[in-house]
Amino acid sequence: MIQDDPLLRMEHISKAFPGVVALVDAHLSVNRGEVHALVGQNGAGKSTLIKILTGAHRRDSGSINFDGAAIDFQSPQQAQNNGISTIYQEINLVPFRSVAENVFMAREPRRWGFINWRKMHAEAATLLKRLSVSIDVTQPLMNYNIAIQQMVAIARAISFESKLVVMDEPTSSLNEREVETLFTIIRQLKAEGVSVIFVGHRLDELYAICDRVTIMRDGRTVDVREMKDLPKVELVSKMLGKELGEVRRHGQTSFKVGQHHVEQEVLLEARGLRRGRVLQGASVDVHAGEIVGLAGLLGSGRSEVARAVFGADPLEEGAVRVEGKPAHFHSPADAIHAGIGFCPEDRKMDGIIPYLSVRENLTLAALPTLARNGIVSREKQREIVDRFIKRLDIKTAGPEQKIRELSGGNQQKVLLARWLCLNPKLLILDEPTRGIDVGAKAEIQALIEELAEKGLGVLMISSELEELLEGSDRVVVLHDGQTVASLAHEDINLSVVVAAMAHGDDDISPETAKGEEEVPHGEA
Amino acid sequence: MAKLDPAITTVAHHFVLPERLRNFGQIYGGLTALLLIILYDIVFRPHFLQVQSLYNDLQEVAPIAIIATGMTLVIATGGIDLSVGSLMAFAGALAPIIFLSPLLSNMLLLGNALALIIPLIVTGLLGLFNGFLITRFRIQPIIATLVLFIAGRGMALVLSNDKLQDFNNPGFQFIGQGRVVGIPFQVILMLIIVAVFAVIMRITTFGRYVLATGGNEAAARLAGIPVNRVKLAVYTISALLAALAGFIIISINSSSDATRVGLNGELDAIAAVAVGGTPLTGGRAAVVGTLIGALIIYLIGATLVSQNVSFGVAQMIKAAIILVAVYFQRQRKG
Repeated sequence: MIQDDPLLRMEHISKAFPGVVALVDAHLSVNRGEVHALVGQNGAGKSTLIKILTGAHRRDSGSINFDGAAIDFQSPQQAQNNGISTIYQEINLVPFRSVAENVFMAREPRRWGFINWRKMHAEAATLLKRLSVSIDVTQPLMNYNIAIQQMVAIARAISFESKLVVMDEPTSSLNEREVETLFTIIRQLKAEGVSVIFVGHRLDELYAICDRVTIMRDGRTVDVREMKDLPKVELVSKMLGKELGEVRRHGQTSFKVGQHHVEQEVLLEARGLRRGRVLQGASVDVHAGEIVGLAGLLGSGRSEVARAVFGADPLEEGAVRVEGKPAHFHSPADAIHAGIGFCPEDRKMDGIIPYLSVRENLTLAALPTLARNGIVSREKQREIVDRFIKRLDIKTAGPEQKIRELSGGNQQKVLLARWLCLNPKLLILDEPTRGIDVGAKAEIQALIEELAEKGLGVLMISSELEELLEGSDRVVVLHDGQTVASLAHEDINLSVVVAAMAHGDDDISPETAKGEEEVPHGEA
Repeated sequence: MAKLDPAITTVAHHFVLPERLRNFGQIYGGLTALLLIILYDIVFRPHFLQVQSLYNDLQEVAPIAIIATGMTLVIATGGIDLSVGSLMAFAGALAPIIFLSPLLSNMLLLGNALALIIPLIVTGLLGLFNGFLITRFRIQPIIATLVLFIAGRGMALVLSNDKLQDFNNPGFQFIGQGRVVGIPFQVILMLIIVAVFAVIMRITTFGRYVLATGGNEAAARLAGIPVNRVKLAVYTISALLAALAGFIIISINSSSDATRVGLNGELDAIAAVAVGGTPLTGGRAAVVGTLIGALIIYLIGATLVSQNVSFGVAQMIKAAIILVAVYFQRQRKG
């Protein structure tokens, strides 16, 4: 597989940021027409390496050869014009402009100095059709969901006729069907001789689509391997830098498979929740000491249930009871007062206050309890912050570091601590481990487990089936805003959950059944 | 200079205390500029250091610094308040109507007390109205406060019948002409207000709520912060401070001219906030920086005029210096 003349060869790349060494003698080599996985924990140096490739950062030393020539891009734009396109995790598009404008931004087809709208719309539609997306390209981008927006980003990237497309966690907001579409596109790019660098965390996806993998740890390239020769356990252990046996003892997640001691007491009863088209009679119960998994495809109303229970969105109909008493939450503050905490799906948009410190972010919800006469006790703040930094092993330069400078996993730990310092009864976690490196993920899963053992009720939303299947005492499945199944611990298995998630799609049920077999599962 | 450079770079490149260091740097940068201007003034403005001359300068700055303090809070929540100049005129028009009213002519103390309290309450309610438009109807702050920017001065003109109100009321005018241990009262008022709000932003729950609301409103709401109440509060505070500034102006002038009181005050305040190092995107508030910003802007204007630079040219130079100051603040932020 190793070609004499790879498309990209990055060698001896080093980069230091003030106070941090990000890359030490890193390597990355990508063949023509290859899908190359780039993996590593957060902070391993993947993003820095990509940014150096695309000209967003300058390297301190090392060489980059691309398509037979030594290159040194000054800006992502220059990289793009020379055949390297990047699709970022956080989609870099303009929500108010039309789909077509987003695809052709900054290089709109022109005629006599004016934008040739007809041509632009036609070409954008053609590009998207290649990706099996048929949408009105004249509509503003924000009218479409994240998955479609991502397809638009991909359409933009391939429209540059790139030789190399870098995809930074491209599947994190896609459902399984959309992932399959994306993979079809990647295979198509590959067939056309385009190379792809695929940065990702979901192992099954990496194995499904990638040819080779470069594993990074602590700013170094620790291994380059053919995917098919590398067992999963070995890949994970290389990333973590841990012994093989140590990893193997756990399952796919850090949840113990086995039921908790679930209290009789019902903590949360949410019945018949309705709001617009997104919630059409969803119900869920959580007992003390129980982890309830909330499963469903994208758009099934999982996050909406969480937000409704937490008082973040108003309800049109439905009843919420906490510890048997009717609860009418008009705002999150009411829900917090009743002992509920909520970690939202989108950490950046709904979780962190980026320019405030770890200390301020961590104690944000607890401020009323830390203040006397409206004056916040800094000692109490520091005491809590120090305790949780230690307890959750939050990696930070100190309590005064701005939270935006932390890695995703550590930001998530701060957000968890924001609730844990209030001793909540119920914690609602929306995708608690999304976009988080393997190490932090395992720690967070173990923490959730431990908290449930101590009697905390947990309502956990996850797109990762392993997490739901191994972690939950009960799995509640949503479909089109309705609860379609509530599976007790002994009934939870992959095929039942997937079947329930696809519930209602009668006309395509044979395909769904086929899809079930394809869903990879570590224990299968 | 050459010897200093490496030291500066090392400090800048150490990430150990980024937040504090940068905060300090921002105030320090403004302070350095201010000191340079003062140094220039000491050398080239003959009477600059004389107490009377100093007080004159500070008296001029006080009303702007006071409304700019309120503006800092508003901007920290991610908003803006264009109505403050007009609200100064409104409060300035209402107060003399009360203390000049025949009903109260025999009760000086009560008249003066009411002339302070009633305009404060009414102006505060107008600020609440700004906040109400923004929180309830989700109108963008720049548009919501444009309503009272236009209507506020209109109401002031209606109240005063389009006439200049002249008066001589030493009791009320203490706020603009009085002295405490020789220091002009409005200067003391300004310093107290700046100090109080600087402390509020540092140590109170409210201060953190303001910064969290401006830093990420959705996240703040999900953390249980009453973002709507926070916004109502900052616009009310901004209006109350505008009323105080209005009192000061009419007291200095011994007359209330609804067409002139607080004219362009909102723009001076925004400039002071920007030069002071508070980003207009919200989430940060440099209250002391705003005072420094107000001083810088005022002193540049005064210095240029004292050097016989024509007003027009002075305005252009002032704008250029604001641009430079804001540019450096932005650099430091990155």
